Amino acid sequence: MSTLLEVSGVSVSFDGFRAINNLSFHIGPAEMRAIIGPNGAGKTTFMDIVTGKTKPDKGRVIWGARHLSLLGLSEARIAREGIGRKFQKPTVFEDQSVQENLLMALKNPRGPLSVLFYRPLAAHLARVAALAEEIGLADHLHRKSGALSHGQKQWLEIGMLLAQEPKLLLVDEPAAGMTPAEREHTTNILVEAAKTRAVVVVEHDMEFVRRLGCKVTVLHEGSVLAEGSLDHVTANKEVIDVYLGR
Amino acid sequence: MHLFHKRGASTVIFLALLVAFTIVVTLLSEGMGVGIISTSFVKTLGKTLCLALVAISMDLVWGYAGILSLGHFALFGLGGYMIGMWLMYERTREIVVSSLADAPIPPTVQEVSDAIANQIFGVVGSTEFPLIWAFADSLLAQLMLVVLVPGVLAGVFGWLAFRSRVAGVYLSILTQAMTLALSLYLFQNDNGLRGNNGLSGLQNLPGLSDVSQAVVSVWFLWGAALALGLGYLLAVWVVFGKFGSVLRGIRDDEARVRFLGYPVETYKLVLFTGTACMAGIAGALYYPQAGIVNPAEMAPIASIYLAVWVAIGGRGRLYGAVIGAAFVSLVSSWFTGGQAPDVSLGFYTIKWVDWWLVVLGLSFVLVTLFAPKGIGGLFDLLERRTAPDRHGADLGPDQGALREKEASE
Repeated sequence: MSTLLEVSGVSVSFDGFRAINNLSFHIGPAEMRAIIGPNGAGKTTFMDIVTGKTKPDKGRVIWGARHLSLLGLSEARIAREGIGRKFQKPTVFEDQSVQENLLMALKNPRGPLSVLFYRPLAAHLARVAALAEEIGLADHLHRKSGALSHGQKQWLEIGMLLAQEPKLLLVDEPAAGMTPAEREHTTNILVEAAKTRAVVVVEHDMEFVRRLGCKVTVLHEGSVLAEGSLDHVTANKEVIDVYLGR
Repeated sequence: MHLFHKRGASTVIFLALLVAFTIVVTLLSEGMGVGIISTSFVKTLGKTLCLALVAISMDLVWGYAGILSLGHFALFGLGGYMIGMWLMYERTREIVVSSLADAPIPPTVQEVSDAIANQIFGVVGSTEFPLIWAFADSLLAQLMLVVLVPGVLAGVFGWLAFRSRVAGVYLSILTQAMTLALSLYLFQNDNGLRGNNGLSGLQNLPGLSDVSQAVVSVWFLWGAALALGLGYLLAVWVVFGKFGSVLRGIRDDEARVRFLGYPVETYKLVLFTGTACMAGIAGALYYPQAGIVNPAEMAPIASIYLAVWVAIGGRGRLYGAVIGAAFVSLVSSWFTGGQAPDVSLGFYTIKWVDWWLVVLGLSFVLVTLFAPKGIGGLFDLLERRTAPDRHGADLGPDQGALREKEASE
């Protein structure tokens, strides 16, 4: 299988603390991957590096068929290349309606001039309506997103990610603070999305990871400790010691 | 869509009120009407419209994009300087030419130029034209500079600041430093802009010395009203759609906008530069009405006032900025103009000239703490109360205009 994202030999330290230590990771174009690991294992820092928020001290981050190096590109440029990110805490624009949030995320030219002259076409509004349907917010299109429940905000953010039509989705703890029914819905959305693109999910909840039914990467102290199916890694002695055993 | 519809309604109402206001003032003016409103008050009203325009530019950068610029009034002043250079040059040239016309030998071009320079710069002990006056004889060039000088200054400043990801309070401090540096520079006598004397006599339009100020004041009122109307429309168009969405996104969560793929720094730069040009135009219409522009006008405190107007009027809504600028500046000139009666407490007499700033500061603090939406927020209350049985949105700006007029009469 070809590789969509290849991270190799990446290290980064903050004030002497090695957050990421010689980390290597790769994922294919239509693959679901769960990343688990104890607190401080470097899960969020890993996402920061891929999305351009943090510059690594060394290593390579290679993207796509054109083998583009993501190091040195701005966050916005990386996002335009097709990497979408969902934060742990739902971050939607609370002062704006669900529709405005989705329209802003919808894949369209991002430059100031084209945005200034942009007016939503019927096709764009239809796409927004379809997305709202998919994330269960069809009845809330004109509500301010600040008025949504926590779970709805999480979905809206996932919806915004999908609207970006990224080739790779980085999702940080999507099920945090959700009811069991909401979790199931979230699982379905993510599994559906992984059919056409790469999805990386960082999650603490083992039950949620099991339901995703995908390959699992275990991070520990900034590098990969184990990789494979969930049953495979949970049977790993080291993994049990550092993570599950606690 | 509901939201768009509402915004469209407030724009139509605003423009209708602006037109009505202009017509009423014209009909009551000394220059073109029955003479109930004095020429100096027509000028005050015209200047107020210019302040409303610069308040809109402030609202765009601060209220919509969250960039608290403490330099937009300095850019406003720069616009005034740029038009002032032409006004002063051309007016002085007229006087010089007419006084030299009686001379036995016709004056050479050099003699005329020296005489103009002597007239303008004698006050700072110089008799030569500085380089920056190179285009002062061309109205077209100076009009372009009205837009270009504030625009380029803001562009270079913004490029340096935004590229380094300076934001929030640090950016405010930087803009204030820029403002202070600019006004200190202009205070110097040898900078070619007459130091603390500034440029004066700007109310006299070259070639129109036989037109009375009463008429000129109404012309400028029209010009200011037209600029405000167009500026308002432009601002509505900018914040109406997705661009406004992105700006508000930048205000609320800059990092998130970046991860959506929008080049946040470019957006900030475009907005900062664009509003600087707008401020320059407002200043170029203001100072011919004021008659004089000097560095004191551009001191950092002026830009802070601008922020106070927008905060009191209501950030993040365009008519809020207009109401804030009009209301606060008119009330302010009433209090500080010595028209407000002193309040005698027996042991102490409150002189408003001294106490007005305290009142203004206090109301700024109170508005920030208890009514963060400002005066504009009142319309939300009205709208909510009246929404079930009538067009709530229509009432809002109506009320604002009432307030505006109350303040001006």
